[in-house]
Amino acid sequence: MKNLSLIAYLDLKESIRAKWFVVYSLVFGGLIALFFIAGVTESQVMGFSGLSRLLLMYIQITIVILPIFILITTVRSISGDRDSHVLEYMLSFPISLKQYYWGKIIGRFITVYLPVIFAMIIAIIYGAFKGASIPWDIFFLYTGLLFAMSAAFLGIAFFISSFVKSSEVALGIAFFIWIFLLAFIDIALISLMMQQRFNEELIIFMAMINPMEIFRVAAISLFDPELTVMGPVAFYILDSMSQTVFVLLSIGYPLVLGLLFAFFGYKIFEKKDLV
Amino acid sequence: MIKVSNLTKKFGSNTSLDNVNCEFNKNESIALMGANGAGKTTLIRSILGYYHPNDGEVLINGMNPIKERVKVLENISFVPQLPPPIKLSIDELMQYISVGAKVDRDLIMHYANEMKLDVSANLNKSFFKLSGGMKQKLLIAISLAKKSDIIIYDEPTANLDPKARDDFYRLLKQNEDEKVLLFVTHRLEEVKDLVNRQIYMDLGKIVSDDKV
Ligand SMILES: Nc1ncnc2c1ncn2[C@@H]1O[C@H](COP(=O)(O)OP(=O)(O)OP(=O)(O)O)[C@@H](O)[C@H]1O
Ligand SMILES: [Mg+2]
Repeated sequence: MKNLSLIAYLDLKESIRAKWFVVYSLVFGGLIALFFIAGVTESQVMGFSGLSRLLLMYIQITIVILPIFILITTVRSISGDRDSHVLEYMLSFPISLKQYYWGKIIGRFITVYLPVIFAMIIAIIYGAFKGASIPWDIFFLYTGLLFAMSAAFLGIAFFISSFVKSSEVALGIAFFIWIFLLAFIDIALISLMMQQRFNEELIIFMAMINPMEIFRVAAISLFDPELTVMGPVAFYILDSMSQTVFVLLSIGYPLVLGLLFAFFGYKIFEKKDLV
Repeated sequence: MIKVSNLTKKFGSNTSLDNVNCEFNKNESIALMGANGAGKTTLIRSILGYYHPNDGEVLINGMNPIKERVKVLENISFVPQLPPPIKLSIDELMQYISVGAKVDRDLIMHYANEMKLDVSANLNKSFFKLSGGMKQKLLIAISLAKKSDIIIYDEPTANLDPKARDDFYRLLKQNEDEKVLLFVTHRLEEVKDLVNRQIYMDLGKIVSDDKV
């Protein structure tokens, strides 16, 4: 337990000093600042205004960029340390592989999660200061969604990191996964849908196993409880479960997915040559 | 203390260790020599439990270094061939080692001092920003402060100036009693006074093994 927190703490300290972390924090902090400067809270679009609208915009952008940020900064964590022989030295001390691996994950999780959540908190505080009312339900939902999203992609990143031979390959795979989840699944599903060869339920199921898709739908679900923006998808989702269940699923499923990937990554890490 | 039996390790089609058998016991200081690519580092990494062998096994005090990694490594000090570019500061690295491996921090300072390395002036510096020789001095100080029965050095003197090498050999001389000291080197003359056993490797095999 002590070693686990030690490794998490040292990884956190190391990450915070890194240049990517500065860029990372500036991007999310800057996003919020930009929204305020652009007057997002004052304008009214689609019936949402004020902080709710700002948070919705924030999360919609975050859903797209957070995964790639997490993937590219984390995918090299273990493979990079292996390449540079850091692992060879650090693992010559009596620290179990379990503590090392999970300590790294916890440290990394805090590093990637804090800036995104912090940016949102700043938005709430600044918004409240300017007299806007605070949409707590949306805030808590997004806190949970961001948590689940960070966990999902961190797990995937560590999984990749555990088996790739070199950092370059790791980066390549990370990009591919991101693009694939972001665009190809959509495009593929739309074309399947148009061909009408598969039934809709199957297609929607395939869309919903994509964590990025489920975040997109969940993020809008509080604004649009009937999910009208989703068209026929809403019918199936709301037919099979209540809105609350769907929200819980949208947080629980990616969380489990991330843990599973992280776990498989650990199994590989344990079974393979360490250096 | 260390028993290597029928150990074979292959990387793809390349056999780096070819059915190696040897034993290292208490009070032995071994110079491990051989041409580049002979398999010295591979043997050391197998002892540390980093590689899953294709055949054979390593036992350290009867324990498998992969399965009982924590227990085995509690008893081993190791300095690698190349100081790794660790991004932690010296202070954090010492924290990692003192908490994770229960090594006394003051003792690290003490040995660093003996190696003429001023740690306190560099506490907040990243480890990888130290000069090559300074890195090795610190790793050596750590290896001595970690009171282990097995000390493994994979050519630790490459970046040390002559003065520092003398300091190093003097400290080793004081610390080799009742231990296994395994020393990879290309310069036998330097360690001649220190070692009592010389092993030559070539193409993944032990080609000669002499007690002196
Ligand atoms: N991770 C690895 N993957 C593939 N081949 C490897 C790996 N590690 C070592 N080898 C190969 O195994 C052989 C032995 O390498 P090793 O590093 O043990 O040599 P060495 O005796 O330490 O040499 P040097 O004196 O140069 O340090 C070499 O042919 C090397 O190319
Ligand atoms: Mg070597």
